[in-house]
Amino acid sequence: MSSKNLKLFTVPFNLQNPVTVQVLGICSALAVTVKLMPAIVMGLSVTVVTAFSSLIISSMRDYIPPRIRIIVQLVIVAALVILVDQILRAFVYDVSKALSVYVGLIITNCIIMGRLEAYAMGNKPWPSFVDGLGNGAGYAMILIIIGFTRELLGSGSLLGHPMIPKAFYSAGYVNNGMMIMPPMALIVVGLIIWVQRSKNPELIESN
Amino acid sequence: MKGLRNYLDKIKPSFKKGGKLEKFHSLFDAMETLFFVPNKVTTSGSHIRDAIDMKRTMIIVVLALVPALLFGMWNVGYHHFLMLGQYADKTFLEVFGFGFLKVLPIVIASYVTGLTIEIIFAQVKKHDVPEGFFVSGMLIPLILPVTTPIWMVVLATAFAVIIGVEAFGGAGMNIFNPALLARAFLFFAYPAQMSGDKVWISGLASGEGVIDGFSGATPLAHVAQNELSKLASFSDMFYGFIPGSIGETSTLAILIGAIFLIWTGVGSWKIMLSGVLGTLSLGLLFQWIGVIHPDIQNAYFHIPAYYHLVMGGFAFGIVFMATDPVSAAQTEKGKWIYGFLIGIFAVLIRALNPAYPEGVMLAILLLNAWASLIDHYVIEANIKKRLKRAKI
Repeated sequence: MSSKNLKLFTVPFNLQNPVTVQVLGICSALAVTVKLMPAIVMGLSVTVVTAFSSLIISSMRDYIPPRIRIIVQLVIVAALVILVDQILRAFVYDVSKALSVYVGLIITNCIIMGRLEAYAMGNKPWPSFVDGLGNGAGYAMILIIIGFTRELLGSGSLLGHPMIPKAFYSAGYVNNGMMIMPPMALIVVGLIIWVQRSKNPELIESN
Repeated sequence: MKGLRNYLDKIKPSFKKGGKLEKFHSLFDAMETLFFVPNKVTTSGSHIRDAIDMKRTMIIVVLALVPALLFGMWNVGYHHFLMLGQYADKTFLEVFGFGFLKVLPIVIASYVTGLTIEIIFAQVKKHDVPEGFFVSGMLIPLILPVTTPIWMVVLATAFAVIIGVEAFGGAGMNIFNPALLARAFLFFAYPAQMSGDKVWISGLASGEGVIDGFSGATPLAHVAQNELSKLASFSDMFYGFIPGSIGETSTLAILIGAIFLIWTGVGSWKIMLSGVLGTLSLGLLFQWIGVIHPDIQNAYFHIPAYYHLVMGGFAFGIVFMATDPVSAAQTEKGKWIYGFLIGIFAVLIRALNPAYPEGVMLAILLLNAWASLIDHYVIEANIKKRLKRAKI
């Protein structure tokens, strides 16, 4: 991987993070992060769909008539999402049930369409693939952080295994019920953005 | 006082820029301005400064809270010994002392947490410690049940100060009342510790030595469960001999605080009055519906409207929370609308939403969010009115 491609891959983790900087894909970041497992699976699914749809669209880009490009992109994305959905149902049925409609809604995830329009339509297949991979992984990273925090503090477990020692509970510790509610996911995203911006002053807009 | 002034002057240089204790400048400044009116002068613009600065304003609110706090302490002890059936053998001091020792840790926890966070933020952002937490630190303990564990108080205070105040840009920029935010956080995060029948009286949850027939439910819980026969009398609820959050039970003590706030001009009487009017108007409407349809199961349709004023946290909320000058409406007409809607929503949530026995907290938070919208339309309407006049 050349240094240019490497940069394509790493930039979405921090300075161009799709969730915390571009504020895309927030809906699913709130909906599937109550537990860590669905968050990981959702992150992986979006990464796969973004990477391969970027690859396919980029290799077809010279043959897509500009007027109907959105429809063509949607067909490719939808086909990939259905594929992912079927695989999830076949191998991890419980997680697939927990994710419910949100797997299908990957089709409308703004990150995917955003990368297709902004990058894959104008670049070669391999860089587009790396770009899609990076953006999907940047999204997955934020989802995993939120899922980790919410499951640990809200349910006292990680991936379903109890993490808080029994002694804590008998000493009066109680799981935080607010972590299970969607507003807390938004607050956690807000805290991540706060930390990220204070570490990277160039992200702060001037008034 | 003179000795203190001299001492502060003596140690002041080491907190100045370049001094060896420069890191603790905010802490020193906070302490100095707490004891003495700062001698800063305005360098530009208006040169008039009132002797009453923010810190002194805040102290007035804290003073207004003292009756409710003292009564709350006594009430904690009263209900504890009443539950054990020992109240008759206890002296006033024993009852008060028990409550004092239960309430004091909560007050300390709230102040220490809040001020620590405020001082850290002031230090990092290089500004003085704001005064806002003086009042919030006292309000938070007063709106919690006495059985709240200390670590929850700490967590809720930290949440309110960091997310509710500092994230918005510090004291004076917050949209929501920080104390109510702390309570809302606990209410949603730890519902079992904040609502239910057995959380309001110290020692009741462990169930030791409770006398027969003692339920410990608040008046709101009785009404919500249609147990009107168990409801305390109006005078008991007015004087405050009922279970509830520490400072909210005695309408009389709150009334003393309210008179003090209005007399000093710190609290807005418009918000308080319109809040009472809002509550009474919807309460009367419900009462009227209850008279026409006596078969309605909901007990809220069968209690007198004025009961709403003395039950639960309404009096405390409208006097001390709704009048918070930062999060309330700013325009004079807006204050009437703001207070009135708080009363309406408080009764609406109490009577028609079975999930939330108390609606005052949510009503005030909702109206906090709307306050700037109300102000906007009041100002727009005024501009329109004046423009019309100009055309003639």
